[in-house]
Amino acid sequence: MLLSGSDIIVKTLIEQGCDLVFGYPGGQILHVYDSLYKYQDKIEHILTAHEQGAAHAADGYARATGKPGVVISTSGPGATNIVTAVATAHLDSVPLIAITGNVPTYQIGSDSFQEIDITGITLPITKHNYFVNSVESLADILREAFKLAVSGRPGPVLIDVPKDVQEAMCEYEEKAPITPEERFPAKDIRIKEAAECINSCKRPYIYFGGGVLSGEAQDIMLELAEKIDAPIGCSLMGLSAIPTDHPRFLGMQGMHGHYASSTAMNNADCVIALGTRFNDRVTGDVSKFATYTKVVHIDIDGSELSKNVGANHGLRADIKLSLEKILPLVKQVNRPAWQKEIEKFKAEEKANADTREGMTPSNIISLLNTYINENTPVATDVGQHQMWAAQNLIFRKSRKFLSSGGLGTMGFGMGAAIGATFATKERSVLITGDGSFGMSLNELATATKYNVPMVILIMNNGVLGMIRQWQTLFFDKHYSNSILDRKSDFVKIAEAFSAEGTRATNLDELKTAFDKAFSHDGPYVIDCIIDKDEVVLPMMAPGSSMNEIITEVEAEK
Amino acid sequence: MNRYIVAVLVNNQFGVLNRVTSLFRRRQFNISALTVSETESNEFSRITVTFEGEEDNKQQLINQLYKLPDVCSIKELNNDNSVSSELLLIKMKNDPATREDIRAAADAFKAKSMDYSRDSIVFQLTGDSRRIDDFINLMRDYTILEICRTGIVSLEKGSSTIRKVTNL
Repeated sequence: MLLSGSDIIVKTLIEQGCDLVFGYPGGQILHVYDSLYKYQDKIEHILTAHEQGAAHAADGYARATGKPGVVISTSGPGATNIVTAVATAHLDSVPLIAITGNVPTYQIGSDSFQEIDITGITLPITKHNYFVNSVESLADILREAFKLAVSGRPGPVLIDVPKDVQEAMCEYEEKAPITPEERFPAKDIRIKEAAECINSCKRPYIYFGGGVLSGEAQDIMLELAEKIDAPIGCSLMGLSAIPTDHPRFLGMQGMHGHYASSTAMNNADCVIALGTRFNDRVTGDVSKFATYTKVVHIDIDGSELSKNVGANHGLRADIKLSLEKILPLVKQVNRPAWQKEIEKFKAEEKANADTREGMTPSNIISLLNTYINENTPVATDVGQHQMWAAQNLIFRKSRKFLSSGGLGTMGFGMGAAIGATFATKERSVLITGDGSFGMSLNELATATKYNVPMVILIMNNGVLGMIRQWQTLFFDKHYSNSILDRKSDFVKIAEAFSAEGTRATNLDELKTAFDKAFSHDGPYVIDCIIDKDEVVLPMMAPGSSMNEIITEVEAEK
Repeated sequence: MNRYIVAVLVNNQFGVLNRVTSLFRRRQFNISALTVSETESNEFSRITVTFEGEEDNKQQLINQLYKLPDVCSIKELNNDNSVSSELLLIKMKNDPATREDIRAAADAFKAKSMDYSRDSIVFQLTGDSRRIDDFINLMRDYTILEICRTGIVSLEKGSSTIRKVTNL
């Protein structure tokens, strides 16, 4: 079949099982938009307010489903506008396909209008990228991009297609959807060594990250925990992989993690790290991190092994397949002494828990927990609200927590929540702050245009809360540029975008607001007023260790 | 600090060298020399990286390189398992007072005179890096006008080739 390059792009997307793309048109991608028009019965396009929102939406789509999300934008500013979102996906290993238009090949390199070297710009923030020189290579490059995005450790792939390549004609032959590269367990000898290490320890601890979600290793991990009688904690990226109320689960660990999980990891004599990378937000000062602990580390990406924390047993392999081989080799044991210690850590955590009444962050999220169901995707932005959400949300099913962990992108959540709703057909929740929401509230236009059922909970404290918290603790309360004092009325903003909204200043009002929001057909904004001096606790100060967890901060009066 | 030589076989396409060097830059690997050329097959280019650091850094460098889809295979080379060579061009000031000393040193090293003018002499020397360092150090007693060296190229001894290396 003789087709134009732009038709080939759209046909190949359809061939690869993509029926929904996010994007924004522009001069150098017009041919592709004409093809999207042509094939609109087979592939839907969601028009956002800004390319960044489109790319975050594609990212949210991918996080919620595990399938690659696709974003399309034009050259120049269209391409640079997706850069933050591509980097966000890269740091969190999200499969994302970004297709950008560019000026015709004969104009490349001449600084023509809206020309930008987007493959150069995105080199360090993509798994791989392509500049397509000829229409003949286009279909196979797209297929390869899909394969790369989902194989091994997932990640974003960008394809830059000059306008003349979109226009040129070429034979197209439909092919089957790609299959991801085959995954392998670790070598038997490595499996045996790892199992021996686990068998020889007395206080094992399982620490997992996003790799367990993308490798679908939850069930086998829980079996292992059961057999070796180990507690489990996770990084921010691991949240929602196992049910929050699972008896072995101590919660997220790290800078703002649960006291019990951070302390348990620090007291373990063997950490079994699965699909995680010992990020500085988890370890604090690496030199003081779990000093006497043996580390068994399994990751599909070999470069993560011994990158941040030295692994005694580093297995570059698929987690699920490796654990399936390790499981029969480990001894079934009960560890009453270790469990007793864990219970002690849990009790200490409980003693330090925030039990205040009223509009406190934990009460707000706890109330929200009674409205969401097991299928509700919850997205966050970045800051205090993100940590409160991570600490207090209750998940029952995987892929329900969508948060920018690695890059920490304020403005991520709005697009991500929209993308997640399109992907799952479920009402999504966005937990955001007044600062973060200010970075992406333009996407309310998208939410109302498509009547996306979503609850937007703005934890509004009038300040950049996390910045303020650090300034309180480490900068002598010099609140430099962290007091917003914007006088924005988020309810009126919602109404101006043709959404609905209400303000909640106490828990009763919040309950009424949730009642309305969760039965509303479309986006609903809740401006939830909280105190500016609420802090995220516990906290491990940057560069400190897990022995030095801050559990209280004197309130500013 | 140790010195490592790593040979990398990559797809022979434009932009691949940029991908490799960009990786070194952003991860702040301390590269002391880099050579690139086509190989026996026009499908592949060969990059030889000379790198100073610790064992961990080297392993991280290799692991990161393996993540680039354009990297086909990687082989670590050392003095025991490989032959290495480097080429130096050095331009010396041609001063009657030192001319004979410079020529004597060049003869001792079997450096070849490539250009001779009233004010300058250009020598070419090939050999391992140590030999080239030694010659340059000797020349520092006189006036060096310009130096250019290629960086190391290295091949494994015996019949095995880099293409036979399978991914870790």
